[in-house]
Amino acid sequence: MKKVGGRLIVLTLVVVLSVIFFIPSYQPFYQALPAWLKAVMPNKGITLGLDLQGGIHLVMEVDEDRAVEIAVDRSVVSLQDLLVDKKIPVESVTRTGPTQVTMQFQNAELKAQIQKMIEDYPAFLETESAGSANMLVWELRELEIKRIKDSAINQALETIRNRIDQFGVAEPMVQRQGLKQIVVQLPGVKEPKRAKDLIKETALLEFKLLDEDNQVKLDLPARIPKEKEAEVLRQAEAKLPVGDQILFERAVDKDTGREYRIPYLVKKRVMLTGDVLSDARVSIGQFNDPYVSITFDAKGGREFDRITGDNVRKRMAVVLDNTIYSAPMIQERITGGRAQITGTFSMQEASDLAIVLRAGALPAPLKIIQDLTVGPSLGKDSIDKGVQATLFAGALVVLFMMVYYRTSGVIADFALALNLLCLMGALSALNATLTLPGIAGIVLTIGMGVDSNVLIFERIREELRGGKAVRLAVDGGYAKALLTIVDSHVTTLITGVALFLFGTGPIKGFAVTLCLGIGINLFTALVGTKVIFDLMNQRHKVEQLSI
Amino acid sequence: MLEILGKTNIDFMGKRRWAFLFSGIMVMLGLAAVVQISRGAANLGIDFVGGTAVQLKFEQVIRIDEARKILEANGLGNAELQEFGQENKLLIRLKASTTIEEKVAERVVAVFTKEFPSNHFVVDSSTEIGPTIGKKLQEDALIAILISFVGIILYVAGRFEFRFGIAAALATFHDVLAVLGAFYLLEKEITLLVVTALLTLAGYSMTDTVVVFDRIRENLRMRRRDSEETIINNAVNQVLSRTIVTSLTVVLVLIPLTLAGGEVLHDFSLALLWGVIFGTYSSIFVASPLLLLWPKASGRLLKRS
Repeated sequence: MKKVGGRLIVLTLVVVLSVIFFIPSYQPFYQALPAWLKAVMPNKGITLGLDLQGGIHLVMEVDEDRAVEIAVDRSVVSLQDLLVDKKIPVESVTRTGPTQVTMQFQNAELKAQIQKMIEDYPAFLETESAGSANMLVWELRELEIKRIKDSAINQALETIRNRIDQFGVAEPMVQRQGLKQIVVQLPGVKEPKRAKDLIKETALLEFKLLDEDNQVKLDLPARIPKEKEAEVLRQAEAKLPVGDQILFERAVDKDTGREYRIPYLVKKRVMLTGDVLSDARVSIGQFNDPYVSITFDAKGGREFDRITGDNVRKRMAVVLDNTIYSAPMIQERITGGRAQITGTFSMQEASDLAIVLRAGALPAPLKIIQDLTVGPSLGKDSIDKGVQATLFAGALVVLFMMVYYRTSGVIADFALALNLLCLMGALSALNATLTLPGIAGIVLTIGMGVDSNVLIFERIREELRGGKAVRLAVDGGYAKALLTIVDSHVTTLITGVALFLFGTGPIKGFAVTLCLGIGINLFTALVGTKVIFDLMNQRHKVEQLSI
Repeated sequence: MLEILGKTNIDFMGKRRWAFLFSGIMVMLGLAAVVQISRGAANLGIDFVGGTAVQLKFEQVIRIDEARKILEANGLGNAELQEFGQENKLLIRLKASTTIEEKVAERVVAVFTKEFPSNHFVVDSSTEIGPTIGKKLQEDALIAILISFVGIILYVAGRFEFRFGIAAALATFHDVLAVLGAFYLLEKEITLLVVTALLTLAGYSMTDTVVVFDRIRENLRMRRRDSEETIINNAVNQVLSRTIVTSLTVVLVLIPLTLAGGEVLHDFSLALLWGVIFGTYSSIFVASPLLLLWPKASGRLLKRS
């Protein structure tokens, strides 16, 4: 039997540290502490996983190919503008593949002139135009494709972060995962659907002119039920003028409350996009109807000034993600750099719209590949039930150990409590997130803790049966059980480490509690209980061990 | 001294033929389950195959057959339904045949809002998982399991003998397969949580086996004259009370968790419960007799002493 003092100090130190680290995890108590104490204490404890407190876990993928297409589309538009400016009569400029732009022209003599324009578009390469004198084909460079894809995900990450910040969530997590995935975690969100819509909306704001002359010829219906969109598009397809498209406005019948659509013929050319906005806010109109007022930045304001000046008495559509919000007539030149987006929306929709406009557009649509939403009620249910059942189970074990091993059983129960306390302290110190599989890890650890004690006690009993004195029997029991305990813990630890290194998500959570638990278990079983036995033997000579 | 068992002297090794027969059947069942899983024919959870699961909590009683009927009428006929009796909870699961783009969860919610206007409900949870993620999860879990098995065989082989490592790994494999087979037979859904349970029980079973092996090693060193069969039998008998007490305490924990731990923990605890029972059985009747299959093994442990 060794001296007890040193081990007793270590044990006390571990307990005190565990308690200090655990306190922030129990907020009611932590908040009640005086400020000076809080300042010197750790301020972050265990976070509950989404399965326990409710919330959203989203894994999304940026549609990279679409991002490239969008970039090419933009080049097409600016190329068209440039050709108009230079007064070069080109028949058509179109995107003919994901990364390909084709220009066609009647006059073959223009070819050299247009060919030179590639200097303004260094992202493109001229490819063989299949020997045609009236056609040019440009292809986006490989390097540029890679750059666009890479910046698309970073931009998406940034935009989502902005939106969530403005939405207001307690502890959001937005992270890049692998090459093209984004993970978003919003614990404790009350309106999951609204939050998801806010994140997913591309929010590409565009201003486009209506093609009023041709709209009359096309003879579009004034309003249609929302199911008929595809039908209208199909009917008009053949007659659609070059450079035009049909977009729909969403509207609600004030009397019946039914949603319907108004089709418009719109010029494809984008006059202005949302990236020149500097601010967007909700305002309330005359009739108590909310609208979003937007402010352009300096460049955007100048552009808007010029566009409205050139198109007085014409109608301009405000398009968000290919849906028209409104298509007002430009009454006069607008110089202040301000505009309004009106439409039929509720206060909440208007404020969400303002958020996405402020935060900016996503570079491409997002694809949700994993969506875990746990309502707050289920989280609470599973905690309550889980905790109750665990407490009950724990009480059974504690009782069983006391009945079966008497005083020694009480010592073992003390070891279990110590085990749990240290584990909680360690998890708090690591700011770990506790999930259901994590709790499973704790259950396994507790089981192993009981097992270690049973192993030791059975060994001590054998020694006592062999006729040894109490002190020798205790020492002998511990010594002989030691190897077994180490072996069994190390094998489990191997499993734990493998799961930690190669497992993902929930499995990792399990591995963390398991690995920590095993380490702590070794300590409490081999040091914790032994100290107490030794203390008992030191004070007075124990003739009979209650075991 | 309260004892469940006194000093026992049961001939466990003598019964090894029966044990091997029974275990053989369980392992075959488990292997069949593995084959079915890899073929995609088993009831794999949507976390592995992708799909949608929505759990709704209604205010009033919801009849499962009515729910099925209205889902079919709205083109969601391939949904699997499960109810949680007293609490008017309904779990609707759709595997990934329909893609996530279609917002299946929203559709399900819309259908119930429309068809049961007077029976209000809240969405307890909704899960949508793309098939690619499920695939990745499956691979990751498999790699982790394989690596840990290799690690354990190496460690046990190093601490004991090579045959001990193989026997321990086989016994653990046996337990995992047995529980997997049972789950497959009962057509229970194999989710990520169930896989976690399988890993947990692998840990238990391994611990159990190592404890018995440890005693065998100790006895092999001390009593060199006895036959190996006798030595192993003695060792198993010596640790029998520890084995029973430990398993009993774990079972004591798991029964309340299974019965009252809530729907999330139920399958998890059930898998563990069976696992502990199989694990206890296998460390006595499978792992130890397996050692006898290498009777002529030179026995590094015997030489050393």
